[in-house]
Amino acid sequence: MAALTQDEAAPMVRRAHLARQTLVFAGLLALFAVAFVVSLCVGRFSVPATRALELIWLGVTDPWRELTTIEERIVLLVRAPRVVLAALAGAGLALSGAALQGVFRNPLVSPDILGISQGAAFGGALGIMLGVWGFPLISMVFISGMAAVILVGLISRINGRSETITVILSGLVVSSMFSAVVSLLQFVADPNTSLPAIVYWLMGSFATATWERTLIAAPGLIIGGVLLWMLRFRLNILSLDESEAQSLGARTNRERWMVFGLIAVIVGSQVAVSGIIGWIGIVIPHACRLLVGHDHRALLPASVVLGAGFMVIIDTLARTATAAEIPLGVITALVGAPIFAMLLRNHYRERNGS
Amino acid sequence: MIGLDNATVRFGSRSIIEGLSFSVPVGRTLAILGPNGRGKTTTLKAMLGFQRLDDGRRVAPDIVGYVPQTGTSNQRYRALDVVVMGRAAHLGIFGQPGPEDFRIAHSALERAGAARFADHYFDRLSGGERQLVLLARAIATGSQVLVLDEPAAALDLHNQERLLTLLNALRQPRDKAIVFTTHDPNHALSSADDALLMMPDGQPPLFGPVAETITPEHLESLYGVPMRVVELSGPSGEIHRAVLPAFAGIRAA
Repeated sequence: MAALTQDEAAPMVRRAHLARQTLVFAGLLALFAVAFVVSLCVGRFSVPATRALELIWLGVTDPWRELTTIEERIVLLVRAPRVVLAALAGAGLALSGAALQGVFRNPLVSPDILGISQGAAFGGALGIMLGVWGFPLISMVFISGMAAVILVGLISRINGRSETITVILSGLVVSSMFSAVVSLLQFVADPNTSLPAIVYWLMGSFATATWERTLIAAPGLIIGGVLLWMLRFRLNILSLDESEAQSLGARTNRERWMVFGLIAVIVGSQVAVSGIIGWIGIVIPHACRLLVGHDHRALLPASVVLGAGFMVIIDTLARTATAAEIPLGVITALVGAPIFAMLLRNHYRERNGS
Repeated sequence: MIGLDNATVRFGSRSIIEGLSFSVPVGRTLAILGPNGRGKTTTLKAMLGFQRLDDGRRVAPDIVGYVPQTGTSNQRYRALDVVVMGRAAHLGIFGQPGPEDFRIAHSALERAGAARFADHYFDRLSGGERQLVLLARAIATGSQVLVLDEPAAALDLHNQERLLTLLNALRQPRDKAIVFTTHDPNHALSSADDALLMMPDGQPPLFGPVAETITPEHLESLYGVPMRVVELSGPSGEIHRAVLPAFAGIRAA
């Protein structure tokens, strides 16, 4: 290297960087594709991979075809919506986590801290108890999730602006308030009917996925996700210190709340159809930072692909590992918590070392 | 052009700056001098619009090229990606930097003498190197105004010399208004046209051309120690003025 002049060395470094990024993205996409196909094939009724792909092709080219064989019905009506929903939810949660960690300049925060999940849980638990189902239930979940974020915004806004630390603490306050009310609802719920439904929903599951539910969650997940992705360069700016970001022309307070709003749309849509799924939003962005670096222009797409793939793998494990379905929240916590503990230690060790 | 017009900032009942007025037109360089705690940083923040004024107003363009003392380093970005962030104001909230923005970022890195760090990670650079990258980012904003917060504070003598040479190189085309804060009056002598002295005990700050403001009498009341001006001959025989505290050169007994 020493013999090279600067002009020769720089493009080489850049080309190596580009080649590495391309390789990482190819790997992530391959992982997702494999997880997707495997998930369509395995289960109590297994289908060969070629047949599953053929059925998907038929389903895409001729969606209104009469489904006659049991094979067709399982792949296209049971497994496909479930895999698509899991992929969308995983992608949305990972993307939200990556964006939120950038905006808070803190790699250890997750979408839960804005109180969205607990707020949404309250809406859901109340809905189930009142015997509401379908679209009204989903709207209740979504509205109460948004209400939690707005409440966090109102509490943390002091003298016209909200500090990062007050937002985090307000999120904590609102979360514990809502989770207390959820406990109360569970306490008064009918132990024979609504209590199991609430508990099972809170633990998170894609078992109830249908095309209808997928279509209800998809708009929020996709619109929120696309808008966040469009903000990828702005997130780099917002991840700088307050005064630096402002000097570069960002109206930090307003833009940060815009990001929170988009995250609320994504997480609210996800919780509405599949309950609370923790850990994805913190573990996946971390893994992606190690793979592609901190620049949000690479980090956000990497989080989307890995989040989708990881969620599909976890969901496949949840429904195939034992005869009964294991709640997703249990698996993500069992996988996520140790990874998070490791990251936490590495993060602070590195900080103290430098 | 950047400046303050009759600006007052109070923290509680204490005024940090009171009725402060100065302006730096394009083509001139201002050094803000004073010991710690006299409101250098507050003045800088007020100029940049980060500090609310209790009275008076600030005069500044929308985007000011700001060079903080230490940049954010908990996010791992490449130096080139840090510099291209200077283009944010031109790109809008949903904008993405294109090839033209990267070209501007590259030439800013060259102008700041930091082109060799383009592909290095910002958080792995030394304090002095980071500062050059941040200066490149400020240049990349395209603003006619550059504001540097204590640019020489963390630098050893060799890097101070490099920084002052660089400041002079940026000053020469006379196409920018440049403001920097410093402890050392010699930095003002070598690289500024005007100086703003943050005087003690409620005395009004002194603002004017370097030749009139950087004098032993003014500096004595500024720092509270006796000061001497000495004349040194430069490499090609020209005479330089330098300011030293009177204790300089005294040997330990």
